Amino acid sequence: MATLAAVLATTHHPFYLKATSAPPDQQIPQAAEWKRKVEAYRETLTRAEPDILVMVGADHFHQFFLDNYPTFMIGKAPRYDATFYNEEREFGLPKYVLEGHEELSGFMHRGLLDRGFDFSFSHELKIDHSIICPIITTRPDADLPIVPIYTNIFAPPLPSPKRFWDLGRAIRDIIDEYPSDKRIAAVGSGHLSLELGGPRQFGQTGPDPDFDRQAIEWLSTGNIDEILANVTHESMTKSGNATHGFMDLILMMGIAGPIAADYVDNLDLYHTMEAYFTWYPQERPA
Amino acid sequence: MSKYYVNKFLYTVDRDPELLRRYKENPAALVASWEQSIGPRLNDAEMSTVNHLTEAERRALVEHDYVALFEMGAHFFLSLTMFIALHDEDWSARSGPLSFQREFARRLEHWLGKDYPTIAI
Repeated sequence: MATLAAVLATTHHPFYLKATSAPPDQQIPQAAEWKRKVEAYRETLTRAEPDILVMVGADHFHQFFLDNYPTFMIGKAPRYDATFYNEEREFGLPKYVLEGHEELSGFMHRGLLDRGFDFSFSHELKIDHSIICPIITTRPDADLPIVPIYTNIFAPPLPSPKRFWDLGRAIRDIIDEYPSDKRIAAVGSGHLSLELGGPRQFGQTGPDPDFDRQAIEWLSTGNIDEILANVTHESMTKSGNATHGFMDLILMMGIAGPIAADYVDNLDLYHTMEAYFTWYPQERPA
Repeated sequence: MSKYYVNKFLYTVDRDPELLRRYKENPAALVASWEQSIGPRLNDAEMSTVNHLTEAERRALVEHDYVALFEMGAHFFLSLTMFIALHDEDWSARSGPLSFQREFARRLEHWLGKDYPTIAI
């Protein structure tokens, strides 16, 4: 059976690459610290020696729009282009072509259907920054085949936080059953409190630093009970209008299970709290 | 009100550099042309006949009025991305990085502490 080599849950900040590759005199003050933290975080994936990446993100109206927006979707393609024109324009993100892992995509899709998750699927999927940002931060060589999974954290009505947790648990189950000697890592991105296009955007801190601290504590300790007791769509809206990306971090913890994270770090940037979590649910690498 | 159609405008224009350029230079002309030939496109082969902008929506788009769009419940991500594309470079050159994004927030200050207009359709 396959080995779950690592589970990573990270915030995705589309300006990381731009902020840390600008000429030093034009960099924001936190750029060097940010780079150090991201490179240390990257090491938590490298050391797990993964062969395949299951990547979790959310399409930000790049390929999908309100005429047909999938709630949960899996990519099943042999190859994935990445980075849309408006992401190059706004964030300075480079284009990529990522190899797909069709066999695991197929096994995952069937396994999800069997467990009551009736996924949409795509055989021609272009990946957006919710997956490319964590590639840049955790696997910049982009040298591993991926299985992309998209969730709807973006276009209401959204599934419940509990549903994201349950989906993570189902994905874990399927990885555990995958008949292969491969090492699989799951890498997903989301947000803590976040405001976009509203009055609390681009402030001195994220819109709700109290929530951010609490959320980091919950994820660090694997405390799904407190998350499900406290986090609702309404509470996330109060923390910032784009905070619902937190549910993808819940999903990732669902893949790991209700256990303490093996690696936790965070960085208070000017308008978001960045946070980085890694679990080694099966074996801790040397 | 057609929140869907306002979002479709933001979605289709933001992803196309030529439409963006025209929207920046002559918003009234671009909005008129969008309503005629771009908005109704369902796909490369089919046209849709069922969506229309209201007068208030059309005015908000023609006037680049992101406050009105927020108050109509246009999707925050589409609106922010589009107006960054239109204004960020000019504002940054004049007043420094993120100055437009802060101005955008400032003009919505009267919503602090209140429930925002919903983006749900």
